[in-house]
Amino acid sequence: MGSSEMCRDLAGEVEKLLKTSNSYLRKKAALCAVHVIRKVPELMEMFLPATKNLLSEKNHGVLHTSVVLLTEMCERSPDMLAHFRKLVPQLVRILKNLIMSGYSPEHDVSGISDPFLQVRILRLLRILGKNDDDSSEAMNDILAQVATNTETSKNVGNAILYETVLTIMDIKSESGLRVLAINILGRFLLNNDKNIRYVALTSLLKTVQTDHNAVQRHRSTIVDCLKDLDVSIKRRAMELSFALVNGNNIRGMMKELLYFLDSCDPEFKADCASGVFLAAEKYAPSKRWHIDTIMRVLTTAGSYVRDDSVPNLIQLITNSVEMHAYTVQRLYKALLDDISQQPLVQVASWCIGEYGDLLVSGQCEEEEPIQVTEDEVLDVLEGLLVSNLSTPVTRGYSLTAIMKLSTRFSSVNRIKKVVSIYGSSIDVELQQRAVEYNALFKKYDHMRPALLERMPIMEKTASNGPTEIVQTNGIPSMTAYNKNGLKIDFTFERANPNPNIAVITIHATNSTEAEMTDFVFQAAVPKTFQLQLLSPSSNVVPALNQGTVTQVIRVLNPQKQQLRMRIKLTYTHKGSAVQDLAEVNNFPPQSWQ
Amino acid sequence: MMQFMLLFSRQGKLRLQKWYVPLSDKEKKKITRELVQTVLARKPKMCSFLEWRDLKIVYKRYASLYFCCAIEDQDNELITLEIIHRYVELLDKYFGSVCELDIIFNFEKAYFILDEFLLGGEAQETSKKNVLKAIEQADLLQEVRPAPLKP
Repeated sequence: MGSSEMCRDLAGEVEKLLKTSNSYLRKKAALCAVHVIRKVPELMEMFLPATKNLLSEKNHGVLHTSVVLLTEMCERSPDMLAHFRKLVPQLVRILKNLIMSGYSPEHDVSGISDPFLQVRILRLLRILGKNDDDSSEAMNDILAQVATNTETSKNVGNAILYETVLTIMDIKSESGLRVLAINILGRFLLNNDKNIRYVALTSLLKTVQTDHNAVQRHRSTIVDCLKDLDVSIKRRAMELSFALVNGNNIRGMMKELLYFLDSCDPEFKADCASGVFLAAEKYAPSKRWHIDTIMRVLTTAGSYVRDDSVPNLIQLITNSVEMHAYTVQRLYKALLDDISQQPLVQVASWCIGEYGDLLVSGQCEEEEPIQVTEDEVLDVLEGLLVSNLSTPVTRGYSLTAIMKLSTRFSSVNRIKKVVSIYGSSIDVELQQRAVEYNALFKKYDHMRPALLERMPIMEKTASNGPTEIVQTNGIPSMTAYNKNGLKIDFTFERANPNPNIAVITIHATNSTEAEMTDFVFQAAVPKTFQLQLLSPSSNVVPALNQGTVTQVIRVLNPQKQQLRMRIKLTYTHKGSAVQDLAEVNNFPPQSWQ
Repeated sequence: MMQFMLLFSRQGKLRLQKWYVPLSDKEKKKITRELVQTVLARKPKMCSFLEWRDLKIVYKRYASLYFCCAIEDQDNELITLEIIHRYVELLDKYFGSVCELDIIFNFEKAYFILDEFLLGGEAQETSKKNVLKAIEQADLLQEVRPAPLKP
């Protein structure tokens, strides 16, 4: 409980007591030293001399606390760690004695001699052997001995085995020993005691990255743990199962995982669904299998699927060109059954909007094509618009889908009617869309087919999914300076995510017959703005407009005032230095509003 | 190291609390309330470990009392179960077939025993005999008291 000041003051006393002959005091002193070191790590050095003979103790109490002290010192200081490595043989000997010694009533727990001490020694060995070949080799035998000889019928034995396994996995052990460790964990998984199973799953999760193949051998046991009653075990098993999925076992594993998804608690469903999507994306054996898996997840756990999965799925579907007809058909059928699961409904309405023509023309190759008319499809989509179950986002999806069908279906009038109704919708988003679509019908009908045509295959790197019909406002470029053959144009972009920053790129061209060298562009802005000038592409503006020097300026305009700038240009032209100042006031309003 | 140990009944009454980290009273109360709620909500078939904040919680029920320890990430959960069991054995040996009432009426003895067994969140004595011997000696000291002055 002592504070760091108290620790500083009393450290000397503690150190003295460490050397006292009374073992009762010594063990307490050792733990006090641990506390002092925790609070004030700099005092560690002070206890170093006292530790010299710690391990030659006979008294288990003192021995135990000494090992704790040594562990604490080694954990905190790499120098101490190196210093204490030489104790490994001694520790190995002590551990050996504990295992080999006969029954000692004083320290016995269910037939095992002082398990607390054994566990602490194993832990210290772990720290000493990590990243050190020699130490690891020195402890190889004893670890193998403990691993094979410890009684596993009681929790005590398993506690020691657990610590042993952790140590084996952390040090530079030989592969035979590692396999032994993983097999112990595999045996743990079959243990009736759920605590042991939990501990095994946790450890396997830590080792699956490094010893993947060894853990794979226990895959079926791990998958069985998915059916365990305990929530913590189920979660661990699920995480481990996803880690073990690979190209070879994907079909079998996915079956088990989908079954798990069906029956698991709601708290798991989101993680499980995301995991399934990820695994399917990496290892799907065929596009059809992939689509089927996605469908299964959407229909069984549709409402738990994360929102960001919807754009990802849409992108996936877009890229599987040959499956479009099959996908839209399956999604349509799913919609007929159930419109309550929003992610499913959103993906489905998007697909129907894109591929509705395939749906109506009955082109599906993968399965029996269904007969559906344009009116039936529009009924379903309109149903989504009016249903109480649909969220505003879903409604947006379905309105856009209906609009897209205007270029794919022939019943344009019906679509026109629907769109115009929503022009007065209370929902602002829907209203905006409907008004824009209305405008498309009326004034821009010639653009409609082009705007609403099929989405091209998207690049994976696109962070947003498919863009709906988007109006891009290009900010017009302007000429800032044009004198003596030097012309400087400004082009603009808005910097994401901060809309107060205008990114201006200057383009300098030279129409004279001689090049301009040592070209330097400088700019100054009024006090309410902030300016950042990045490096130019070059200092030489080639003659006769043969090249451009570009440079990026970032202007922070938090008060959204009219942008003004004073620029200074210096360059050498035909041997003489030229300098000019100019004001730039003709910025277009969109660049600073 | 163990950060704290709590003993509470099935109704959520705290019988013993030992903290090995400095925390304000308010924080202690908050942690206690939260943990008691979480542990009592667990079904009997569930495993004895759970993750809570950045600690591991190891708990075991003995008759009407829950023994709940919070250990750090690198600590061995299974050996912590053994530590809990060892403490129960010590209480049992001292009180002779211990029950919750013994702990309620002799809580200061329960704390003494705990303090002889654990110090600073770590076990200080792994021999049952030695712990009990130390308690015996402490008891003897208590009994040798100066006689009250007679009027």
